[in-house]
Amino acid sequence: MSAMEQVKFFLTRNLRQSGIYIAFAAIIALFAILTDGKLLSEQNVTNIVVQNSYILILAIGMVIVIIGGHIDLSVGSVVAFTGAIAGVVTVRMGLPWWIGVLAALLVGVLVGIWQGFWVAFVGIPAFIVTLAGMLIFRGAAMITLGNTQISPFPQEFRSIASGYMNGYLGGQGYDVFTLVIGTIAVLAFAFFQYRARLGRIAYKQSVEALPLFILKIVVVGIVVMAFAQRLAFYKGLPVVLLILGLLIVIYVMLMKRTVFGRHVYAIGGNLHAATLSGIKVKWVNFWIFINMGVLSALAGVVFTARLNLANPKAGTMFELDAIAAAFIGGAAVTGGIGTVVGAIVGGLIMGVMNNGMSLMGVGIDYQQAIKGLVLLLAVAFDVWNKRRVGAAK
Amino acid sequence: MNDFILEMRGITKTFPGVKALQDVNLKVHRGEIHAICGENGAGKSTLMKVLSGVYPHGTYDGDIILDGEVVEFNDIKSSEERGIVIIHQELALSPFLSIAENIFLGNEIKKAGMIDWNATNAEAAKLMARVGLDENPVTRVVDIGVGKQQLIEIAKALSKRVKILILDEPTAALNDEDSAHLLDLLRHLKGQGITSIMISHKLNEIAAIADTTTVIRDGLVIEALDMEKDEVTEERIIRAMVGRDLENRYPEHTPTIGEEIFRVENWNAFHPLQPDRQIVKDAHFHLRRGEIVGLAGLMGAGRTELAMSLFGRSYGKDISGKVFKNGTEISTRTVSEAIRNGIAYATEDRKTYGLNLIEDVKRNVSAAALNKISQRGWVNENEEVQVAEEYRKSLNIRTPSVAALTGQLSGGNQQKVVLSKWVFADPDILILDEPTRGIDVGAKYEIYTIIQRLADEGKAILMISSELPEILGMCDRIYTLAEGRITGEVDRADANQELLMQYMTKEEE
Repeated sequence: MSAMEQVKFFLTRNLRQSGIYIAFAAIIALFAILTDGKLLSEQNVTNIVVQNSYILILAIGMVIVIIGGHIDLSVGSVVAFTGAIAGVVTVRMGLPWWIGVLAALLVGVLVGIWQGFWVAFVGIPAFIVTLAGMLIFRGAAMITLGNTQISPFPQEFRSIASGYMNGYLGGQGYDVFTLVIGTIAVLAFAFFQYRARLGRIAYKQSVEALPLFILKIVVVGIVVMAFAQRLAFYKGLPVVLLILGLLIVIYVMLMKRTVFGRHVYAIGGNLHAATLSGIKVKWVNFWIFINMGVLSALAGVVFTARLNLANPKAGTMFELDAIAAAFIGGAAVTGGIGTVVGAIVGGLIMGVMNNGMSLMGVGIDYQQAIKGLVLLLAVAFDVWNKRRVGAAK
Repeated sequence: MNDFILEMRGITKTFPGVKALQDVNLKVHRGEIHAICGENGAGKSTLMKVLSGVYPHGTYDGDIILDGEVVEFNDIKSSEERGIVIIHQELALSPFLSIAENIFLGNEIKKAGMIDWNATNAEAAKLMARVGLDENPVTRVVDIGVGKQQLIEIAKALSKRVKILILDEPTAALNDEDSAHLLDLLRHLKGQGITSIMISHKLNEIAAIADTTTVIRDGLVIEALDMEKDEVTEERIIRAMVGRDLENRYPEHTPTIGEEIFRVENWNAFHPLQPDRQIVKDAHFHLRRGEIVGLAGLMGAGRTELAMSLFGRSYGKDISGKVFKNGTEISTRTVSEAIRNGIAYATEDRKTYGLNLIEDVKRNVSAAALNKISQRGWVNENEEVQVAEEYRKSLNIRTPSVAALTGQLSGGNQQKVVLSKWVFADPDILILDEPTRGIDVGAKYEIYTIIQRLADEGKAILMISSELPEILGMCDRIYTLAEGRITGEVDRADANQELLMQYMTKEEE
């Protein structure tokens, strides 16, 4: 195959995946034009990341739940509950901020054990278990807070969501440290891509043409460095972006490269076949929910830190944003299909649209309706694409 | 006799990149049973979908002439209005509705806009009598066997005043008794003037029942055989189907049988929902290295249930009994334990229980033995590709690449993926449940060769099959199962269909 044919193959064959990137780029371009470039200003790019970080954290857990063939409606309530725990521990009890974080994460684990137990070992559909969880943990959040709010949080705790890493290496009007981190990220990406390529060559498998390979790395490099430049010219690298970046790397590896990830795909793709292949389905399902619980707790910490407020109403509707992110990102409603990167891009598409429409002065009423339409169109596209692939066989 | 009820002239149907049908002509006499056969992917089902309006007029070239008149069908509804009804291989019944409701589904008998239940059930009873279905019309479909479900589909067709009944592999899922009943019914309907078109892989049935047989290969009609005049034999049809003589339908094989490797004693299992119904009763059997052992039984005898209860207790409740491997007792309580102890079970229902159809070939091949290509939980994807490529070559899996989705392969190639998956798990005991169900003659031969090769590698093979000729052709020793009980053990030399059938129908003393 020539390089051109490979590009074409990549775009058409993987339309389910590549379509989302194209759509993302188109949406950014559209709103950049509509807002006279305000969308891509230093401050706004930073804002988009920070504002959506907790939804993106939830989307990572949610896409795994969805690939496994389940759903989790409780994550919004868990955000409120774990935020409340963090508030009680750090503010009311006055303990160090990191104990508050650990307490919240521990509660997330317990929530995951609770819901995982009912789904995996009792066999109640996740829809029901987490619908119950949505009510239970919302109630738990209210009880924990005694129907009041907790504020303010200590500075260290708040900096999880609103802190920036900058000034370590100086710079005039911009932060060199952020640019260095961006450069390291690009180099690491190039290194691991190259290593994977060598591995494939060693196993005598076909690899993409060298120019295409280089093009891919250059494109990613440009995007990442442009992004880092925006951040560097504002306040530097947001702490929460570092957390999110690490999570993305870890979970992409988990779902792509580990036995656990494979088992999640196998269970969602065909539960019976997975069972008869010796996969310990119950335990895999159990761990999926524990993971979701921990990530919900982390999102709870980030959200609480960002608002500097533990509030029993926090996180309302977050579950729907996370679910929408996974589906826009190409996850299949029936399970077995989806990617972490897809869910992140899906979440960012919604984030950019929210942000862009706000900059344009579109009311929250229209924003809601438009987001709903985007979700519907994304899934409709997916259904159409499946039919197209089905007809082509 | 040149009274054609149906003619299809010059039908050409193209899918992107593939010509599924090329200038196909089909002539069906009024009131005959017309068989269509051909290998998987030959275009039989496509032709029937053209005829029944699944592929609407305009998506193909050529004419359909019904009763001397050119017709254009835009959907199934319009072909049904003209009396053409298709019954698919996968039955389209709603399991929790009653027989009567299913018969009149989409065609309800109404009075003032409400369903007239008395008329519905009474009419259903009449139709059921015509197809010889002795059940209460209000019985739920889920509560009756698959043979009777097939009859409901036919009753449903009759309710639509069917003139041409199309059956796609009607007996694929039926046991011999139900198949015989169904064939009788088709003869009976023929007497009432109903024309049937039947797609079938079962050549003995075609030879027994068809008036005309049209053979399709690679989208072309090879020939139309007048079954009476041409004195058509099964071998004759096979030759037309595969375009070559199949000297022997079962490859020659001289087994090298070693010592006993697997033994089951006092095995019992009960129905998962009806705790007092015993499905497997005190089963004893053993397998030896290099031996292909058959397990024959009628549908409902408990063959699959026996195998699945042994394989990690995947079926049944209150299971008891002992399993020995090389003389020591082993546990098969969970599937992973069974696999660890060197047992593999390749299911009869590859789409539901065997494969992840939305996943690619390589990941299906590795699914049961991921640990073999991973270290500390990390999968080596390069090695996975290599493994899959090896099996693609050695088992001759026809797929554009090991990264293609399994759902896009033909039945025979899917079956090879299932086999690859279990061969890769490297078991000592391989249980194959209906390994050739629903696949064509050529692919069957390949699968047989693979099975024999595995036996020669020293594996013990337990092969479950509904087709007695297959059991007789392939197995070195045969157990028969009737009502959950092992009723006989016969060596290859002594076995014949009559003897096996006698054991398979043996009543409890």
